[in-house]
Amino acid sequence: MDFSSPPYALKEASVTRVMTRVLLALVPAIAVYVSVIGPAILVQLGVASAVALAGEAVMLRIRGKPLAPFLTDGSAVVTAWLVALVFPPLAPWWLVAVGVLFAIVIAKHLYGGLGQNPFNPAMVAFAVCIVSFPALMSQWPNQGLQLGFAEQAGIIFGFLPRVDALTAATPLDALKTALKLSEDNVNVASLLADQTVYGHFAGRGWEWIALAYLVGGLWLWQQRVITWQIPLAFIGALGAISGALWLYHPTQFASPLFHLFSGSAMLGAFFIATDPVSSATTPRGKLVFGAGAGLLAYLIRVFGGYPDGVAFAVLLMNLCVPLIDLYTQPPIFGMKDGQ
Amino acid sequence: MRSLFKFKGGVKPPTQKTQSVGEPIAAAPLPSHVSIPLHQSIGGTPRPIVQAGDRVLKGQKIGEADGWISAAVHASTSGTVVHVGPQVVPHPSGLAAPCVVIEPDGLDTWIDRQPVDISALTPEAIREALRDAGVVGLGGAVFPTHGKLTASKTVPMEELVINGAECEPYITCDDLLMRERAEDVVRGAALFRDLLQPKRVLIGIEDNKPEAVAAMAAAVKAVGEGFEVVAVPTRYPAGGAKQLIRVLTGKEVPAAKRSTDLGVQCFNVATAYTAWRALAYGEPVVSRVVTVTGNVERPRNYEVAIGTPFAELLALTGPRADTQGIIMGGPMMGFLVPDAQVPVVKATNCLIAHSTALFPPPPPEMPCIRCGECARACPHELQPFEMYWFSRAKNFGKTQEYNIFDCIECGCCSFVCPSRIPLVQYFRFAKSEIWAREAEKNAAESAKARFEFKQFRDEREKQEKAEKLAKAAAAQAAKKAAEAAAQADAGENPATDVPALDPAAQAEAAKKATIQAAMERARVQREAAQPRNIENLSPTQEAQVASVDARRSDTGGNENNQ
Repeated sequence: MDFSSPPYALKEASVTRVMTRVLLALVPAIAVYVSVIGPAILVQLGVASAVALAGEAVMLRIRGKPLAPFLTDGSAVVTAWLVALVFPPLAPWWLVAVGVLFAIVIAKHLYGGLGQNPFNPAMVAFAVCIVSFPALMSQWPNQGLQLGFAEQAGIIFGFLPRVDALTAATPLDALKTALKLSEDNVNVASLLADQTVYGHFAGRGWEWIALAYLVGGLWLWQQRVITWQIPLAFIGALGAISGALWLYHPTQFASPLFHLFSGSAMLGAFFIATDPVSSATTPRGKLVFGAGAGLLAYLIRVFGGYPDGVAFAVLLMNLCVPLIDLYTQPPIFGMKDGQ
Repeated sequence: MRSLFKFKGGVKPPTQKTQSVGEPIAAAPLPSHVSIPLHQSIGGTPRPIVQAGDRVLKGQKIGEADGWISAAVHASTSGTVVHVGPQVVPHPSGLAAPCVVIEPDGLDTWIDRQPVDISALTPEAIREALRDAGVVGLGGAVFPTHGKLTASKTVPMEELVINGAECEPYITCDDLLMRERAEDVVRGAALFRDLLQPKRVLIGIEDNKPEAVAAMAAAVKAVGEGFEVVAVPTRYPAGGAKQLIRVLTGKEVPAAKRSTDLGVQCFNVATAYTAWRALAYGEPVVSRVVTVTGNVERPRNYEVAIGTPFAELLALTGPRADTQGIIMGGPMMGFLVPDAQVPVVKATNCLIAHSTALFPPPPPEMPCIRCGECARACPHELQPFEMYWFSRAKNFGKTQEYNIFDCIECGCCSFVCPSRIPLVQYFRFAKSEIWAREAEKNAAESAKARFEFKQFRDEREKQEKAEKLAKAAAAQAAKKAAEAAAQADAGENPATDVPALDPAAQAEAAKKATIQAAMERARVQREAAQPRNIENLSPTQEAQVASVDARRSDTGGNENNQ
């Protein structure tokens, strides 16, 4: 006789189901990525997924855990895709592999595997690589790649030489450098008018990918995979501080629209800061966490030394999660208004 | 229309109720034997007042309530007591408990049923009558009903809530009871109303039972009461007492308080029904309506004699071949009984024939990913995943900080968990460990108290002995002195052997000795009271302390060695 414990009726739910929805939500952005930047991202996604699953399998074997349930839970593939999406599309394959392995082996399994990592593994990968390989991590195509799929793959795998002309800075980086080089006599508005770099509102091509992240993220919220607090607080804080400085000094600071749709802001708000394992869990805690991440992302990208700040912002907020959760415990049933 | 409140959390499992409402309640045939557990309510275990060989009638008391929070138990049919002793009972542990086993004579002869004149009785006498009729909460908690029928002395009663929500999937016994016997339910509610004197009586029924709502509304009108029958949104666990109170009144009863402290009290509809039957018809609780459903051909509700073996009841509905085990209760809070022969008890509202097709075994447990689904589903707004971490780590103090004792074990968290963690099991484990430690602590404390008292008693006895000796010695001395005096006086006063002067001196000496002895005793008592705690441990106690310390350091670690 089966002596499993109540409840016997269970909702159809699994970790695989959650992770599959996250992957599905990324598909629109990947499709836009392929069409406006080029199919190189597909190569990177493939490399990252394969390396992540291999790394996961080895670590599970070493830790004496069953392979099947954990390889199929989808969490390693989510990490892999996020790494691929925040790395430059023409980054050498080994750079992506190093990032993914660092995420899976160090940031995930050495901390105890699924559910135990205090830091977002994909952001750890980004941070490690931008510190260790700053040049390679800063080479972004400034427009659609004119090369065919074979050439893009050739560059990634090192069969073709990296042509410097192919790579440039991201719109965020370009704006920051331009502002830095040009003392006080330059106007942000006139810089952003250059549509070959900055597109219609935030960065040629990239703005549409950001929009697709927003769409995917809203679907995740509608599917109840994520809650509204973190994305809203992230976007709200980033929008508020960029808006305030923009109003204060519009020639020196870019508009909230530019900031929300460039870099990893949208990806961060909906897919990275919302990682349940490493983010805050209480409703109020999520607001604090999201707002903190949005604020730090802005400060780092505008005043800090890196072109984008989302990764460091999320990692810094990951550090604060135990404290945030502790101080934002919601009152329980019957214990509200100090009964 | 009353405006309703909401409780947070909750889930919507498929209700699965239509299967068993097609037919009216049927009387289940008499079983081959009834095995009636003596302990069928919260509180003291009733003492058996029959023995093997006794003839009993249906409704005859066989167990006397033990203490105020306890309820009598009665023979559920007429026949012969064949055994009084431990039998398997419906409890997840599979442990045996004292039962009275009766072989029915097939006549089902009632005792002489005497209706009670309620208007002539004091509230106190009514409560006593309910206790002696074995009326307990039939919603599942089986708390003795009379124990809930006293209003708070300081807070005026505002609402009496009658719970007909029946939120668990599959269960329809209250639904059918309300459809078929609504008037007696309403009269029972009126009885409770008379005892508690609330301002309003609210009857809450989930809106997936429109027939019951209509029947109850009609009955309220027919009886001439002003009770409100309220259809509440169907959402598990809307039938939890605290959830229903919240939905109907907006009040949240914390775990640490009685609902009467907030001016509200809640009873199940079947409880109201049995209370009325007990007083107005003189019928103690000897049967109840049980839904028999699940993996069976003909799901239905039966009026079942308490003590009927599950297997015999289930057989009436034609269980399918692949049936594996029987769940008592619903699929959310019920449990698989360890033996199909366990008896129907007052808490048995439903039997579900279990099969793996109906309830597929959950996939293997995965690690918690802190997604927070459990917290969103928890009707008590707890953080189940935090309690889970600390239960797993056996950090029980922390589980209490996260209010583990506010958990009502409704199962919503386990229901939604994507990692398929049996969260409720972890919480039960943690709670029972905490209780066990409390009990151990209390045992150690009472052992200490016993030891200290023994020391005190030894000392006192020693002292009393010394006192006695001193007294005897004093008496002896007085006697000798008296004799000497008598001898000296002999010449002058030969007529008397005992001198006239001496009784006074003798009394004086005895008094002095008593005072001295009393002072000595007081001093020794003071001294005996000084040594404390660990100074005067017996070897057994030292061993006990060592073992407790060892176990604490053993289980206090973070390793999960289950």
